[in-house]
Parts: sequence; structure tokens; C-alpha cells
Amino acid sequence: MATTTPPAPVDERLAATGVLRRAMARPELGAAAAAAAILLFFLVMAPSFRTAAGIANVLDASSLLGIMAIAVALLMIGGEFDLSAGVQTASAALLATVVSYQLTLNVWAGVAISLAVTVAIGLLNGLLLARTGLPSFIVTLGTFFVLQGLNLAVTKQVTGSVLATGVATLDGWDSARAVFAGELPFFGSRLKISVVWWLALALFGSVLLTRTRAGNWIFAAGGEQNAARQVGVPVTRVKSGLFVGVSLCGWLVGMITMARSGSVQANLGIGLEFEYIIAAVIGGCLMTGGFGSVIGAALGALIFGMTKQGIPAAQWDNDWYKLFLGVMLLAATVLNTVVRRRATGAAR
Amino acid sequence: MTTPGPPAAGTTLVELRDVGKSYGNIIALRGVSTSVRAAEVTCVLGDNGAGKSTFIKIIAGAHEHTDGTMLVDGAQRRFSSPRDALDAGIATVYQDLAVVALMPIWRNFFLGSELRRGPLLDVRRMRAVTRDALARMGIDLRDTDQPVGTLSGGERQCVAIARAVHFGARVLILDEPTAALGVTQSGVVLRYIAAARQRGLGVVFITHNPHHAWLVGDRFVVLRRGVALCDKGKAELTLDELIGLMSGGAELAELRSGAWEMVSQHQSPLTTCPQAGDGSDGNVASAPDAEPGPRAEHRGIG
Repeated sequence: MATTTPPAPVDERLAATGVLRRAMARPELGAAAAAAAILLFFLVMAPSFRTAAGIANVLDASSLLGIMAIAVALLMIGGEFDLSAGVQTASAALLATVVSYQLTLNVWAGVAISLAVTVAIGLLNGLLLARTGLPSFIVTLGTFFVLQGLNLAVTKQVTGSVLATGVATLDGWDSARAVFAGELPFFGSRLKISVVWWLALALFGSVLLTRTRAGNWIFAAGGEQNAARQVGVPVTRVKSGLFVGVSLCGWLVGMITMARSGSVQANLGIGLEFEYIIAAVIGGCLMTGGFGSVIGAALGALIFGMTKQGIPAAQWDNDWYKLFLGVMLLAATVLNTVVRRRATGAAR
Repeated sequence: MTTPGPPAAGTTLVELRDVGKSYGNIIALRGVSTSVRAAEVTCVLGDNGAGKSTFIKIIAGAHEHTDGTMLVDGAQRRFSSPRDALDAGIATVYQDLAVVALMPIWRNFFLGSELRRGPLLDVRRMRAVTRDALARMGIDLRDTDQPVGTLSGGERQCVAIARAVHFGARVLILDEPTAALGVTQSGVVLRYIAAARQRGLGVVFITHNPHHAWLVGDRFVVLRRGVALCDKGKAELTLDELIGLMSGGAELAELRSGAWEMVSQHQSPLTTCPQAGDGSDGNVASAPDAEPGPRAEHRGIG
């Protein structure tokens, strides 16, 4: 048994691993199964689900949450939380609206300024985390309140109300609207362009996580950051990058929100940060970091979208939505724990 | 793949001459001299607080020595960071291994030194190289995609060792690799230490278990209270002498004659040590955790 066996091209013991066992170790399995079951359920229960318009609606309801869930999932795999993710979408939208309207700039100028500021917010989150060594839960709770306060106070100060508006009359509005809030034909119905952004980001995020060096470092930074440091992974830089990623996605969602209606509520986004985290967890991300999937988070968002649209479509009271959320979260957490035990060999 | 040809067996890779280290007014290590040679295992033994960690940290580049000289490949060196040591081909596998339990073996193996093709990871090649590198160390894994966490403690050590070897280490420092392991697992790790030696590496094996040291060691340094009690080749020493030095012969004798009787019914591993080397198996089984018996590993290594 001590002898070196020449590496055979196919190891005969591989068969024993089994396809099922392999699939069980995949983080997105639970989300995929749940998404399929829920889709089937509403296809039967809610007639409007079976139309192209119904599907376009579900995808639209999933897309904004989905864009954020992707970035939040990557951050969670990297071992951190961002509670300011929800209000960052509002900050980005408010900033672009207020700046371009008050200074009568081209809408794209506001969009660019907003981009620069949101990236700075992400960097600040990363920097605070690195400098203080505090849990990201606390640090970003701080930024959450700071941004929430700024969103309301500054908007009121500048516009005299809690609604920032007026961008629709500015130069560049039409092109901005086409990019962030356009629509595409979809089997006789219309599909919001945010769905394309969502799917493209899911693909990009998944490749980034599983097929690039940065992805390897994200797993390591979240899984065992001391071990990662020992082999030369720049853990602080990786985490800062992930916070910036969340901010970038927050900026995109903010721009989409602004472009859809031309106005932004100052209290937008509050409380949504938990939906992002729940979508990521349903998608197989461990609360403790180091494990998860971008595709899973996108599926988690899809589950949200289907339920959000499906419950009224099946003519039930909307209150059931919250109950459903709680059940999904608990089920996902239990499943994730099982998968994790299997992966770390803790059950041995 | 970048491993340069190994130096001839017996070439001195690292030499310490009267090396010492003090932290402020605390002297952690004083006047230690020894050498690490290619294809040899230098064992560093000592109880907790004897100066073993300080010793490794000097060679590994984590701390600079304050006295004496260290020669690497015959040239005087002073490492100011672990990177310096790594660049000189000295790799350290710490007790709390640099592995990420949730990540697949191949990802762990290449962590920090990933192979890429363009911007993307060259997954196929990394899997193949990992399997190959582990196989060359005598570790036969059925699946490099399984998380490192599913491996046993001994196998994890071996992945870390194989990684260090693959990335061009000529000197391998192992910090208590068998300390947290059971009997069988310790045997596995000792076998890989022997494998590393066979591949021409100079190994520094830190342990507080003289039986483990004796099985694979070529040279023995015993530290106590920051001072080297001995630095001898295997031919100049017996296992019993080593155990005696290790456990502090005089103090042990004192214990035996006096206070010891009060607790002797507990079958402390200390009393079984001297007998373990002479062929009796009985005592070893009674204290498997504290003193893994050498019998099983003898067969494993031989």
C-alpha cells in the first residue's frame, strides 16, 4: 500500500463516487431543485404563469434582486457581509438624479459621478474592514445608517421633498433609458433589459468564481484567511474588491431604478439587503464563507421572483410571501449545513 | 515543475553556528549549532517552551536571529521575511496547515500559484499536476476534486508537504506534523517524510516524540530551555539516550524515586517510554494518544 502507483488515466475507484453523491456536494443543487418544484407548482396553480408575459414578469421581478444577489453571494463566499448593499442602490440612484438635475447636466454625467462615488463607498467598506479588523456585519451596519441618513437628509435639503425627480427632461435621458430600462421583444411580449444584465452578470460572476485566479482567492479568503495569507493570497485586496463589486452592482440597480421611472424615492432599498443575503443563502452560500455559487444565488433570486409573482397570480393573500421566505431560508440553511459537513468531513 | 536538480546527498544546505535569539531581555535560544543536509532528516526535539518554535522561525524567516551565523548554501544569510526563506528554497509546513478545508485538493495545491491559460485557470493541467505530484510522494488519491476537509489529518499534512516539494523547496521544515495525529496517521506522515528525504530534500522535523524522530531522523538536536543538549548523528546516539535527553534524565529520575509513586497507577506515558524501544508492545497500547507507539510505523517505513 506504500508503493507509488503510476497515475492511471482512469481510476477504477472513481465509479464508487457516484453521480448523485457528486451532485449532492454542489452548492446550487438545493436551489435548482427548489426552483424547479416552485416553477412546476405555480405553472399548475396560476394560469398567468403559462404565458410569455407571465414569464417576462417573473424574470423582471427576479432581475434587480438577482443582480445584487450575485455580488452579495461573491462577497459572502469571500467571508463577509454587506448590510449597506440595499441603501447603496438608493444612494447611487439619488446621486445621479439630484446631481444631473440640479446642475442641469447630461444624464450620463450624473451616471458617471454616481459610479465614482459608489465605487468609493465600496472601497471605504473594504478599508474600514481591513483597518478596524471588526466583523463586516458591524462595519457595514454603520455605513448602512450613514447612507440611509444621507439619502434622506440630503435629498430633502436639496429638493425639498423625499422624491428626487426631473431627470427625464435632461439630455442623454433617452440613451440612458435604453441602456438601463429598455425592453426587448419576447415571444409576443416585452422583456425588460434588466433581465439581460442579470443573466450576463450571473455568467460573468460564475466564470470569475470558478475559472479564474481571483475566484480561487475568493474561496480561500472566505474559507481560511490565515491559510490563504500564508500562501501569498492578498486577502485584504480580495475582500475590498468584493465590496466594490457589491457597490458596482448597487450602482447598476440604482441606474435601472432611476431610468425606469425618472424619479427616485429617498427611502428606496432599505431592508432589501436581507433579501440579497437570503437569495445567496438559498443559492447555497454558507453564512460562514468559503463555499457557495453564483448560479445558485441567481436561482435564489429566481425563486424570489417566482413567489413574488406567483402568490398574487394564484390569487392568494400576499402575506403568505413572508411565511414562504422564512421556510425557504430555514430549509436552505439546513441543507447547506449538511452539504458543508459532507465537504469538510466533520461527520467523520 | 520548476524544481532544479536536487543537490548531491549529504551536501550541507543550511548550517547554524552558535545561533541565538533574544526578545528584549528574554533569551529564547542560545548557542545552537547544527546542519541540514540534502537527503537527510534533522530532527529537532524538545518539550514545550524548549525553543523549538524560535528555532524554526529563524530558519523559516519569521524571526531574525540575534546571535551567531546562519549559512545557506555556504553563504551567510539573515532572513527578514518568510518570502526570503522561500526564495532560498526553504519551505515551512506549519502545524495549522495552510490548507482551506472547503476547497478541492487541486485548488489548495495551487493556491497562490495558480496555473493559467490567458485569464482563465488551466484546470485540467492543475488537476493532472496535483495528482502527479501527490503520486510521486506516494499519495494515491482517487479524486483531486474532493474537498481537502474530507482527507484525514495525515493526508492533509502530506498534501501540504507535496505542495512545498512541488514548488521547489530544497529544505522542508515540518512543525510538529505528527502532534495532533493518531498512531496510523502518524505513520503515514512519517512515511512521507522518508519519501521527501529520498527525493533529496533536507528535512527539518520538529517533534516532541523521540520515537517518531528516531524512525526517520539522521541527525538529532535536543533543545531544552533554549539550549541545545545535543547535536548528533544517528550513529553517535541510541534511542534510549535520546529519550533520556528528551525527557530530562535527571529530573525524571527524581520523579521516579519520589513523588512519582503517588501517580504511578495512572500508567503515565513517561514510564512507558524507555521500554518502548526494546521490543515490548504491551505498554504502548495503554497510552495511544499521548505516545503513539513506534511499532506500527516501523513496518510502515521499512
